[in-house]
Amino acid sequence: MTATAARRRVPLGKVLAWIVLGLFLLATLFPFYWMLRTSFSTNGALAGHANSLLPAESTLDAYRRVLGLSSVREALEQGGSTARVNFWLYLRNSFVVAITTTVAQTLFAALAAYAFARLRWPGRNLVFTLFLAALMVPPIFTTLPNFILIRDLGLLNTFLGIVLPNLLMSPFAVFFLRQFFLNISHEIEEAARLDGAGHLRIFFRVIVPMSAAPIATLSILTYVAAWNDYFWPLLVGQDENVRVLTVALGIFKAQTPNGGPDWAGLMAATVIAALPVVVLFTLLGKRVINSIQFSGLK
Amino acid sequence: MTLTRIRERRRESLYAVAFVLPATIGFVAFYLVPTVRGVWLSFTDYDLFSAGEFVGAENYAKIVDDHVFWNALLVTLEYVVVNIGLQTAVALLLAVLMQRLARSVVIRGILLVPYMVSGVVVALLWQWLLDYQIGIVNNALDFVGLPRQSFFGDPALAIVTVALINVWKSMGYTALLLFAGLQAIPRDVYEAAAIDGASEAKQFWRVSLPLLRPVLALVLIVSLIGSFQIFDTIAVTTKGGPVNATRVIYYYIYDLAFNRYDFGYASAIALVLFVILLGVTLVQLRLTRADKSDLA
Repeated sequence: MTATAARRRVPLGKVLAWIVLGLFLLATLFPFYWMLRTSFSTNGALAGHANSLLPAESTLDAYRRVLGLSSVREALEQGGSTARVNFWLYLRNSFVVAITTTVAQTLFAALAAYAFARLRWPGRNLVFTLFLAALMVPPIFTTLPNFILIRDLGLLNTFLGIVLPNLLMSPFAVFFLRQFFLNISHEIEEAARLDGAGHLRIFFRVIVPMSAAPIATLSILTYVAAWNDYFWPLLVGQDENVRVLTVALGIFKAQTPNGGPDWAGLMAATVIAALPVVVLFTLLGKRVINSIQFSGLK
Repeated sequence: MTLTRIRERRRESLYAVAFVLPATIGFVAFYLVPTVRGVWLSFTDYDLFSAGEFVGAENYAKIVDDHVFWNALLVTLEYVVVNIGLQTAVALLLAVLMQRLARSVVIRGILLVPYMVSGVVVALLWQWLLDYQIGIVNNALDFVGLPRQSFFGDPALAIVTVALINVWKSMGYTALLLFAGLQAIPRDVYEAAAIDGASEAKQFWRVSLPLLRPVLALVLIVSLIGSFQIFDTIAVTTKGGPVNATRVIYYYIYDLAFNRYDFGYASAIALVLFVILLGVTLVQLRLTRADKSDLA
């Protein structure tokens, strides 16, 4: 092998590798681009302009349709269905569910994690082991009895019924925060105690501020999970007043004309459902990425 | 121990109980009791509307002769094999590419976007991309002279299609976990290999892969268990069809409980799934020695 050939071989492999990586990035992003492109299109023009990269006869009609701003007649003319949809309302419902779940679950999980990590009490390890064991049970197994419980409590089609199972804890959240609380140095806690601070004060003034980063990370993960959940709200929250975006999307899909689905409307609705999470991820993505890498190693 | 120490200890315990109380109530009400109740339900004919009577092992006897169940198990396995096999291979490739080429957060971020959006959004998006008449994928097939495919309507294709969609959704996430594992391998191991003249491929097979094994094993267990719980994509696109081609076990349980109100039978199948997942985890932990690192 000559010297020039050896020198050339490395960059060639590198170029190939970049091409492969580039293709994966394209395969990841293109469907989202197509979703946006379709949402700004006119239904009737989609078939004729199937391969144009730009929106087919660009319009905002699809968004007006799914946000409940156009009349039934207009919607029908545009290839929509007669069923009234109001994604403003579903957007609000998703915010209510996701924010309530995130705030309450993170707070209660942090309190519990503090007790598991920093306080000594009889039965601590047993209770923690039980919490961890819950991670092994497939969700559907507990979902069936949980549904019966929520129904018996008369909480079907209420916000409380949708959030209740996730309001007070998730085994993962407790486990995740406990790992961080364990690593906080005892000296700082001891110093606060000498200053006369009680446990509650130590928790809020020492532990929480020192764990701001992992708490924020957990909140983001919890928020995204609550926002994206489909199975549970599908079972207990079909009613329009509490219907969240994922459930609304499923219903909207089922109602769309079968022969020629309202693709522009469906894509506009998916954009609305995906946007808040994508924006959140763009703003705080670095933290999410680092935390996923971290949780993968632990 | 002095009296004040004892009093301090008692105070600490009291606070601890107060702190874990909300979480424990949540745990008991929505994890512990339902688990016990689920086992009980599986021995009854509970149907949501009447009290439900103890029927012994009847539900389990029914499983044995239920060909829909066995088909569901088979379809689920098919899904898991395609999904996990491909996802792990692609994620490994991506992780190595990220490590060797670009450690940029932006690239990792982009690859993670499909994982961040909901399964319902992903399912609808791909149903549009794969539409038989005017979907871009079928148009592309047409363009290169291949026949159009009914990706969700063809029984031979439907479950593979769903599996591939979820590879697309999760590959960036799995790649990120594996990338983190690769980062943890000390540089000097590679340097030593390079000095010994090991090629890029050899470094991957002889260094990266063996040292990545504990992380890979954990990632496999977690994604495998997740894979068994495929629901969203199927509920939105095929609803178990055509015929039973995509009636995976999760969807079958859902269908039995919430469309046919057969909670007893649904619970029995859910318990079988539970046992299967436990078995899978134990076998995998054994085979891959996930808890032990080669580095130590």
